[in-house]
Amino acid sequence: MTRVRQQGGDNWRRIRAIAWKDLTTERRSKAGFNAVVSLGITILVLFGFALGPDAQVLRDAAPGALWLAVLFAGVLAFNRSYQVELDTGALEPLLLYPGARWTIFTGKLLANMLFVGLLLVIVVIAGMVLFAVKVPDAWPTVIAVLALGAIGLVTLGTFYASMASRSRAREVLLPLLLFPMLVPVLLAAMQASKALIGADMMLEAGAWIKMLIAYDIIFVLATHLAFEHVIEA
Amino acid sequence: MTHPTDDVFAIEAQSIARRFGARWILRGVSLHVRPGEVVGLLGSNGCGKSTLLRMLATLLKPTAGSAAIYGHDVVTEADEVRRNIGFLAHTPGLYDDLSARENLEFAAEMLGGGHEDIDALIERVNLSHVRHERVRGFSAGMQRRLALGRLMLTKARVLLFDEPYSNLDTDGIRLMNSIISEAARDGGAALVVLHELAPAAGLLDRTVTIRDGRVADPTAALLAEAALASTAGAASTASTASTASAASAASISVVA
Repeated sequence: MTRVRQQGGDNWRRIRAIAWKDLTTERRSKAGFNAVVSLGITILVLFGFALGPDAQVLRDAAPGALWLAVLFAGVLAFNRSYQVELDTGALEPLLLYPGARWTIFTGKLLANMLFVGLLLVIVVIAGMVLFAVKVPDAWPTVIAVLALGAIGLVTLGTFYASMASRSRAREVLLPLLLFPMLVPVLLAAMQASKALIGADMMLEAGAWIKMLIAYDIIFVLATHLAFEHVIEA
Repeated sequence: MTHPTDDVFAIEAQSIARRFGARWILRGVSLHVRPGEVVGLLGSNGCGKSTLLRMLATLLKPTAGSAAIYGHDVVTEADEVRRNIGFLAHTPGLYDDLSARENLEFAAEMLGGGHEDIDALIERVNLSHVRHERVRGFSAGMQRRLALGRLMLTKARVLLFDEPYSNLDTDGIRLMNSIISEAARDGGAALVVLHELAPAAGLLDRTVTIRDGRVADPTAALLAEAALASTAGAASTASTASTASAASAASISVVA
């Protein structure tokens, strides 16, 4: 029992160290977050112009525009999550530390979650202003849907970024691998958000939310199990 | 940390081979390093020295053959192997946007150790004056020293070095040699990939030469030993402190 607790403590320590390292290097390099947020807001603004001034059309399109903005900006962020190691040759020392390899993935996942979470907050606020969306009555459920969608997106994004990191064409490879796998997550997140913003289709939102939860559980478990095999040369 | 019995080799490779695509880089290398030994690994560019080191470090899986560190197989007991090795690669592998101290703190966290040794280590690698500065501004030699500090945090029994002297000044070379010597004296072992023998004069117990993916024949090994002995001999005339080095080099064995 004590050994299991000790191992759990060691794993958590490694996860925390990796997340701290990723967030600190990202905060200090500055370029990454600014580029990602700029891209997200640019996509929203372009959608706003393309859809015209009709408030109902804007409201209907808002969830789609929001998740597309987060998706494209997120891909930039996922590509960067292994860039720090690849630029400096730090991936090998990272793999040489004894202990469970999945903790590397969880650490990076945690850092990306915080990163994309912050991006999501900014994009949602910008989207509400640009698309004339009022705060819905079921706002706690909307936040839960955003969180569930972000978990699915970030889990797959971080996993496929690790897979693509060994390839020279990783910037091309990541979207090719990631986008098809993300379709169910984005569809569920988009439909649930749409239903909740419309505030009249709660049952449908419930079904989409259940689907999101199921996908998140499957993806989180599968990626953790597969990471060790993916990251090895 | 594992405490193996004395009759176990520190490093043991049996007909280890590695292929990249259709090209065989290593074609079956057998190598035994006893606890307390420091072995130099020689050979021309692309002969497979770094590949061998990376397989011993669990970074690459062998295509054929096997290898063990203190009796732990590098494939089936990789995590146990990682607890016993310290690997210094060609590139230092540091985080540019972290300071020298933060890089070592991160390594200490990953190794599950405390932070109490970090200041002493930074002092030892002579980087106290820049401990809070970001690594981005460090010279190649300073980065090498910091990577050496990180290696010392591992308290590894087997040290694997890939061209450790590149970018190091005289003090850095001396520091590197003292760390390798200490590890060997404490019952550990070291395998050092070298292109030049001069910096390691007096340090090596023997050398192994790799040619065309295999351990070179004894004649080639003897020539390499002779070169090593002559380098050590030249060093001894330049400095009285090198006398022990020459004596040590003269007693080199040539068996892989």
